Amino acid sequence: MKRDPYPQGLASGWQVVDASALAADRTLEADVAIVGSGAGGGIAAEILARAGLKVVIVEEGPLKTSADFRMREADAYPQLYQESAARKTKDKAINILQGRCVGGSTTVNWTSCFRTPATTLAHWQREYGLAALGVEALAPWFEAVERRLGIRNWEVGPNENNALLLEAARKLDMPVATIRRNVEGCWNLGYCGMGCPTDAKQSMLVTTIPAALAAGATLVHHLRADRLRIAGDRVEALEGVAMEAAGLRPLPWRVQVRARHFVLAGGAIGTPALLLRSRAPDPSGLLGRRTFLHPTTVAAALMERAVRGYAGAPQSIYSDHHLDSVAVDGPIGYKLEVPPMHPVLFSTTLQGFGAAHAGLMGEFENTHALLALLRDGFHPDSPGGVVQLGDGGAPVLEYPINDFVWDGVRRSWLTMAELQFAVGAKRVYVVHEACAGYATMAQARAGIAALPLKPHLARIVSAHVMGGCGMAAEEKRGVTDDRGRYRGLANVAVCDGSLFPTSIGANPQESIYGLAARNASRLAEELSGRAAPALA
Amino acid sequence: MITRRQFIKAGLVGGAALAAAGLFYSRGPKQAPGGAVPPGLTLSERTIVAALVPAILAGALPASGAARSRSVEETVDGVGVAIAGLAPAAQKELAELFMLLDLAPARALLAGVWSDWAAAPVEDVAAFLEGWRFSRLALLRSAYAALHDLVLGAWYGNPGSWPAIGYPGPPEIVQ
Repeated sequence: MKRDPYPQGLASGWQVVDASALAADRTLEADVAIVGSGAGGGIAAEILARAGLKVVIVEEGPLKTSADFRMREADAYPQLYQESAARKTKDKAINILQGRCVGGSTTVNWTSCFRTPATTLAHWQREYGLAALGVEALAPWFEAVERRLGIRNWEVGPNENNALLLEAARKLDMPVATIRRNVEGCWNLGYCGMGCPTDAKQSMLVTTIPAALAAGATLVHHLRADRLRIAGDRVEALEGVAMEAAGLRPLPWRVQVRARHFVLAGGAIGTPALLLRSRAPDPSGLLGRRTFLHPTTVAAALMERAVRGYAGAPQSIYSDHHLDSVAVDGPIGYKLEVPPMHPVLFSTTLQGFGAAHAGLMGEFENTHALLALLRDGFHPDSPGGVVQLGDGGAPVLEYPINDFVWDGVRRSWLTMAELQFAVGAKRVYVVHEACAGYATMAQARAGIAALPLKPHLARIVSAHVMGGCGMAAEEKRGVTDDRGRYRGLANVAVCDGSLFPTSIGANPQESIYGLAARNASRLAEELSGRAAPALA
Repeated sequence: MITRRQFIKAGLVGGAALAAAGLFYSRGPKQAPGGAVPPGLTLSERTIVAALVPAILAGALPASGAARSRSVEETVDGVGVAIAGLAPAAQKELAELFMLLDLAPARALLAGVWSDWAAAPVEDVAAFLEGWRFSRLALLRSAYAALHDLVLGAWYGNPGSWPAIGYPGPPEIVQ
């Protein structure tokens, strides 16, 4: 088994501050303050620290490592996720899974890696003038992060839940492929969503953050980035609020980080919210707007044989048939994947209650599930959501599900039912309160056509928050430029999924890694006056 | 089941009912915070959740006896722990929901449950949940979804519920 890098690193003098244990205010000085330790912040931290710059990384969540990861949902969700994995859109129609811990969502994601699809980059070039972000121009950056994080095809083979998608797609003549994963020496346990207990997952927690600490960076966890202190067109300091150990409520202590430059990587809800709280200039008027979620639908199928979807790599097979066979800016397309099957995640997603629900849970071992991730943001009728500030400045995402999205929801249910019946499902349940299950595809067609498309009746989930500080060549069309530089603040760069002008159309972690590696390297060169170091 | 007329009345009071319940309660007597109460729920909230659990977990809870009451208690505790881990804004909204459900007129009008929660027949509670599940008011549908998620999450997060669904629990890691 790989070794948890923290005990030895801390013993060797890594600078790690637990703000929940402070007893007074503090001030830190840095060349670069990085807000957030997830996909964007982690990559930036390694590059900037190894460039010889003094880096302070601020993380709202706790530092939890493999020794703490017990593979139990009841522990993991409150410890490692935003709002105990129950973060929701304003009308509560979409449940959002987002990490809140050192490593951010990379600590709890399901390890699926995709380069930014060529169709997405072409759309950005066409619609947002992002000429520099082409497939060839980005390839070296993707190669670098793939090397750094062990991203490669999953050769062990799919678990039964994924194998059913493979078999179904082949039967229906749909293109289907293997997912690349960021793992080294993976035990194929299936508990990636609760933190990897064997340190096999090459999350920021075990890769770039330790590398940054080894290069002299300081990590302050349990510190909420409250606001940026702005003077003219520059940020002078980040004002942080220490959080109590459970991470929900603030303590009286504040930590101020004074720096030459600020890199914002708090995720596509946290980053726009920090800028809004700071009353940052917003020349495009688009700050916090065009937030995308890959709204995701779910269909469960009862199979004759055991599926045991809790065991084995959670995601290893996907199909892009319903993305690649349609126009990117036409009716909404969707990517097909499967979720890991764990009792809390599945039972709370599944519709109904009482005997009907218990009956379905009684078939838990034999249940296969599919996901359809809707590619939002490419059509004029898909404007996404808006990040707002609620009580005490806490972020709230308003994301109304409109008819354009609902149309895709219904089509995705039909597709998933068709796939599931193709591999012998006894009964298919699309996750909608009014669906009591279908025994045949004919029943499913009639039933799905009649399902009312209303919030809360259809259960929609999301694990990918993107946008809100979208890039564009023209100032009036984008909050940031193609290097992530924030328009209106000379020493601020955004370095997370907020940058995306649309959704990605694939699990976004590698898109964030690649763009962060590119932009942080350029920033390192500017700030240090030397060539940027390669990723380790 | 809530009638159409009750729906319309609920529509008239709408979200204001939640706020009004909050005002009423803030002037009323505070719940004694008994020393042994687990986090997340007041005593009166525990009574409400304890009435919801047998309806939401019908078919999953042990049929009777001490095992059943212990399971209900553990699930109520689990709901409290889950609520204590939610964002302050979500905790406030849930507290308002429970305040509303604790007011006898609201309980009767909005939920269609005429007896005290402690004495409410499980069929009445199930009918209330079913009514909110399919309510025309988004607010009530989202409240149903919250109760659904809290109770089922507390139950299926408890290793005691796993054998019945054939879930072996996480593997042992031998190093």
